[in-house]
Amino acid sequence: MNDQTPILLNVQNLTKRFAIANGLFNKPLTLTAVDDVSFSVKRGETLGIVGESGCGKSTLGRCILQLIEPDDGKVIWLGRDLTEFSKDEMRKARTDLQIIFQDPLASLNPRMTVGEIIADPLRTLKPEMNREQRRQRVREMMDAVGLLPEMINRYPHEFSGGQAQRIGIARALVTGPKLILCDEPVSALDVSIQAQILNLLADLKDEFGLTLIFISHDLSVVRHVSDRILVLYLGRIAELAESETLYNDPRHPYSRALLTAVPIADPKLARQHVTEALEGEIPSPINPPSGCYFRTRCPYAIDRCAQIVPPLETTDTGSEASCIRWAEIQADPEGARTRPRE
Amino acid sequence: MTMLEVTDLSVSFRTQAGTVRAVDKMNFSVAPGQTLAIVGESGSGKSQTVMAAMGLLANNGEVEGSVKFDGRELIGMKSGDLNKIRGQDMAMIFQDPMTSLNPYLRVEDQMVEVLMFHKNMKRKEAIDRSEEMLKTVHLPDPRRILRRYPHELSGGQRQRVMIAMALLCDPKVLIADEPTTALDVTVQAQMLKLFAELTDKFNTALIIITHDLGVVAGLADEMMVMYAGRVVEKGSVDELFYDPRHPYTFGLLHSTPHVQQGRDRLAPIKGLPPNLTNLPPGCAFNPRCAFRFDRCVKERPALIVREHNRLSACFYEGEMTEHDMEEDLVHDREKDVAAT
Repeated sequence: MNDQTPILLNVQNLTKRFAIANGLFNKPLTLTAVDDVSFSVKRGETLGIVGESGCGKSTLGRCILQLIEPDDGKVIWLGRDLTEFSKDEMRKARTDLQIIFQDPLASLNPRMTVGEIIADPLRTLKPEMNREQRRQRVREMMDAVGLLPEMINRYPHEFSGGQAQRIGIARALVTGPKLILCDEPVSALDVSIQAQILNLLADLKDEFGLTLIFISHDLSVVRHVSDRILVLYLGRIAELAESETLYNDPRHPYSRALLTAVPIADPKLARQHVTEALEGEIPSPINPPSGCYFRTRCPYAIDRCAQIVPPLETTDTGSEASCIRWAEIQADPEGARTRPRE
Repeated sequence: MTMLEVTDLSVSFRTQAGTVRAVDKMNFSVAPGQTLAIVGESGSGKSQTVMAAMGLLANNGEVEGSVKFDGRELIGMKSGDLNKIRGQDMAMIFQDPMTSLNPYLRVEDQMVEVLMFHKNMKRKEAIDRSEEMLKTVHLPDPRRILRRYPHELSGGQRQRVMIAMALLCDPKVLIADEPTTALDVTVQAQMLKLFAELTDKFNTALIIITHDLGVVAGLADEMMVMYAGRVVEKGSVDELFYDPRHPYTFGLLHSTPHVQQGRDRLAPIKGLPPNLTNLPPGCAFNPRCAFRFDRCVKERPALIVREHNRLSACFYEGEMTEHDMEEDLVHDREKDVAAT
């Protein structure tokens, strides 16, 4: 991955608002789930998207794939804007853009056999294939994800969570996509099974030359799979950085707090580790604070943070962070504090 | 000194598929101020162990063995007597705070009920005590929280209310079943800090059930690893993390992505956990074990003392390296498939 690697997907100023019912006679409230988000994805990379529940990471993913219609912004895919595609064009584009869901069993139709589930995208997206060709393709995919092709006539309930996720992955792969959006693909799985699926995704990525967008709340998992990482807070980008850079030198105060909050699976390190426990919780997206959304929990917040929406700035590490004080905090982390350590 | 002592505890369930032994001959104890972590994957019996200890099993569950709280036998105790201990001396925190709080009652009513029942407090006094406890768990504006219904609170607030309720009567033993699994990582960090405070300041004996090795490393003194209803390894946290003796413990440690490490390939445990109605012969872990040999298929290894207080149930005594777990992908897939 370098600067010359071609850009596959370019998201520009993407915004999605939802109307929230507010009683029969009141005007509905607006919830901005994704707020002016821009980034690009290079061919062959894995871009991780992290954030806590309600930060808009799934909505962002779905807006990219046009499963939810964004209110504003562009999604440039191979030079063309997906938001302007007709239904027919979008259907064709779906051959290239696929998704893997979080809950493997809930995302498989219980009345269809494994073979039918995996072949389903082919029926709609590749109508030129005949039954025998489809069957052959399904067998290849089952083999690729580590399922015995003999299981082709079984139903989803006969499979465990890990195997069901393999079926979901085979379904995403069957049309030969260029980009797969993985929305919390291992969150519902046990540790040992999670490791199997993560390794499988890494192998398939190499084997089929895939580009992945990997959404997860688990920072250890995201670090493990991603080349670059996008940190979201209340629908806005807090920081976008190379994976190693983010974990070693986070610049946004939220990235710093998020990373120190992850429990370390090493007793000696864990004992020395000082967690910066953030106070409070994410504010309601229906009524977010003015200025920087993070300022209500930020240990470095000053008055100005309430007045302006911090733009994304390129920092000394090459990451982009939306914090007006990143340089001051970096220069003197203790002196820059406006809230004392607990 | 031990607060809770569990001896040869077994739990079976009568099901349509026959009797399932969910927990088999568990032995453990916790002392005041100590934290014991019970680790294992879904279906390993970790929750049923503590449910049995609290007398909270489903109707088709049967318990054998002994659970002693402060010297008093809990198994077979009349529910009236048990209720005096539960909620007062022994309290439990569940994973999902929404399903364990009563949705019809304000937080205040749920908390006050505990104190009026166990401590014979007057309502006014009970409200003050509840408010104080909400402050202890770092909930801002406790007076307002007391007037809320559970659905009006966020996940983190609800979990804190649960913890505050569990602490109302200063329990000597606190059992927490995946208490932070449903929470965001920044809120989880706040909770873990709170648990550490409890054992330090109030000398509470804490049993924490979790699948997250990060939580174990930061919080527990001792840990116990369960597989298919049995303890496969037990010892101090340092012993098990830095020198695991059971291949399953070893496998779990190497399946876990570390936040402080980059992108090395994980060495997952092959295959799937067994079905409890149809356990493999010999060691239940043998079909997935990278170190198995003939004996493992024929005989079930007993949980035996290794050195000072550590225990493990495995015949293999050689060294374990990550390399042993790595096999080529084709082989991997065959094994995964074969395990079904």
